[in-house]
Amino acid sequence: MAVMTESAPRRRPLDLNISWTDIGPFLALAALLVVGYLINPDFLSATNLANVITRSAFIAIIAVGATFVISSGGLDLSVGSMAAFITGITIMFMNAVAPHAGIWAIPAGMAVAILVGLLCGLANGLIVTVGRIEPFIATLGTMGIFRALITYLTDGGTIPIDRSLREAYRPVYFGTVAGVPVPILISIAVAAVASFILYKMKYGRKCAAVGANEDVARYYGISVIRTRTVAYIVQGVCVAIAAICYVPRLGAATPTTGQLWELQVITAVVIGGTALRGGKGHVWGTVAGAVILELIANLMVLSDFVSEYLVAAVQGVIIIIAMLIQRFSNSK
Amino acid sequence: MFSRKWIAAATLGALLLAGQAMAQDKKVIAVSIPAADHGWTAGIVYHAQAAAEEINAAFPNVEVVVKTSPSAAEQVSALEDLSASRKLDALVILPYSSEELTQPVKAIKDMGTFITVVDRGLTDASVQDLYLAGDNIAVGTNTAKFMIDKLGGKGDVVVLRGIPTVIDDERIKGFQDTIKGTNLKVLDIQYAHWNSDEAFKLMQDYLAKYPHIDAVWANDDDMLLGVLEAVKQSGRTDIKLALGGNGMKDIVKKVIDGDAMTPVETPYPPSMIKTAIYMTVANLIGQAPVRGTVKLDAPLITQANAKEYYFPDSPF
Repeated sequence: MAVMTESAPRRRPLDLNISWTDIGPFLALAALLVVGYLINPDFLSATNLANVITRSAFIAIIAVGATFVISSGGLDLSVGSMAAFITGITIMFMNAVAPHAGIWAIPAGMAVAILVGLLCGLANGLIVTVGRIEPFIATLGTMGIFRALITYLTDGGTIPIDRSLREAYRPVYFGTVAGVPVPILISIAVAAVASFILYKMKYGRKCAAVGANEDVARYYGISVIRTRTVAYIVQGVCVAIAAICYVPRLGAATPTTGQLWELQVITAVVIGGTALRGGKGHVWGTVAGAVILELIANLMVLSDFVSEYLVAAVQGVIIIIAMLIQRFSNSK
Repeated sequence: MFSRKWIAAATLGALLLAGQAMAQDKKVIAVSIPAADHGWTAGIVYHAQAAAEEINAAFPNVEVVVKTSPSAAEQVSALEDLSASRKLDALVILPYSSEELTQPVKAIKDMGTFITVVDRGLTDASVQDLYLAGDNIAVGTNTAKFMIDKLGGKGDVVVLRGIPTVIDDERIKGFQDTIKGTNLKVLDIQYAHWNSDEAFKLMQDYLAKYPHIDAVWANDDDMLLGVLEAVKQSGRTDIKLALGGNGMKDIVKKVIDGDAMTPVETPYPPSMIKTAIYMTVANLIGQAPVRGTVKLDAPLITQANAKEYYFPDSPF
């Protein structure tokens, strides 16, 4: 009896919690848009919003993958260097194939990008799961490896894409479909597929179970190694998709490409409502988180009251306030 | 390539066996530079290696050894390694940081080695025999002079600066001091960390914020690449000038081709390491006096003289 009466009232606030975490990032996004408009009306102009959301696409796409990894109780610090590495390999492949295949070098290069991403993710996953190395250390290692490889491939300089491919490839970043920039459509598609996998398929539940409690998941017959490894592979593929959208923007890979993206990605995931210690992943929240980060940076430039020396500090404060608001609404 | 190296190694070994005296007649110049981790340092490595190859081929009794190091600590170790096995006749060094490298370089000087310091000075200037650097203030000044000239002394300018360092501060100071008193107005100035992606975003934001911009100055060419892409995307026609700095080959090529938006360039050329190596050799071989301080100017690169600064094979 006592157990019954206790468990009944406990369930209700739990339901509320979930909905708050779901809505939280979007409320923060809305609040930011209002504040932005008050500071500078240009903020809400169609061009500005399109620019900002388009360029948040890389972080959003990678962060969707990171939602899988973090939800399953892992962490991936290598995504930024991996993006640079895949970008480099892709451009080199396209340049090598272009004289023979012409424009077909672009789809072929995209396939290579996905393959390389998949392998990079697999490597990360196996080191973490089979090798039983802490994700932080394992991916810190691969982060250094990928960064060194891109520096080596570029000789420290840049690998530009072949001029004959440049114009044909440009629309993947700069093009629009029915007025919506292509990278935005790609990130929505990636997030839609990811939320289907995470919420409608068996794998999604396994992922959250492994992240919430590894031992319990194991008792239920879930393969922790397989679940986590697949999460890292998904991450690798997401990085590859981001790299595919990234190449046409500046048409080159450099040793500084994707620097510190890993931190932005993790921040986006956490702002989105996924706990860093694992458990349920919030794909759409993650996307909102990525947009919020980019909007804050944009607002810093469009507003006039922050000195150029203090921009990073104000960004930090806004992120912490956003997290505090979420924590506050969660505990209600 | 490999076999040639082996033959060289075998020959060297034979020489050493044949007699220490012969080997000692060779003048050894060690070149210690940062490893290539971005465009400019990649250029340093390229030009140092080019100089070593040329000098080794031209002077049989000189051996130039190039060593790159990825951090200050490793540069200190590299200096120890270079000087441990043999006496160095000269050391050409681009120090990672002034403080950490001063003592180790002094230790080598005490062994009787000629010291050439490039770009970043040591904290104790008495250690160096020759100091060679570019002029960061002139990078800003000459860019500003050209803008004033080209825009008829008035206009709205946005500026992208790099990473908070002395180099960045000097360039910005040179620019701001020069436009003082003219009607050239700096609308905005923000950091973009010498990174093309950040510069792309920042330029998009500048374009959203200001309906009219006459000119853009990015104080480094990596950033200029991002700026040009953002301007191209916006389709705006009010921007008359977009200038960079440092002498990246892609930008120098634009100058050669007579680009309307980027008609000039200001060098802070990584090839200065080559100048320093050649001067050091001149002192060692030709008894030409070189002790002192050399400051390379940052003259405007225009269509007329751009070929002098164009290195199509360099990574930068």
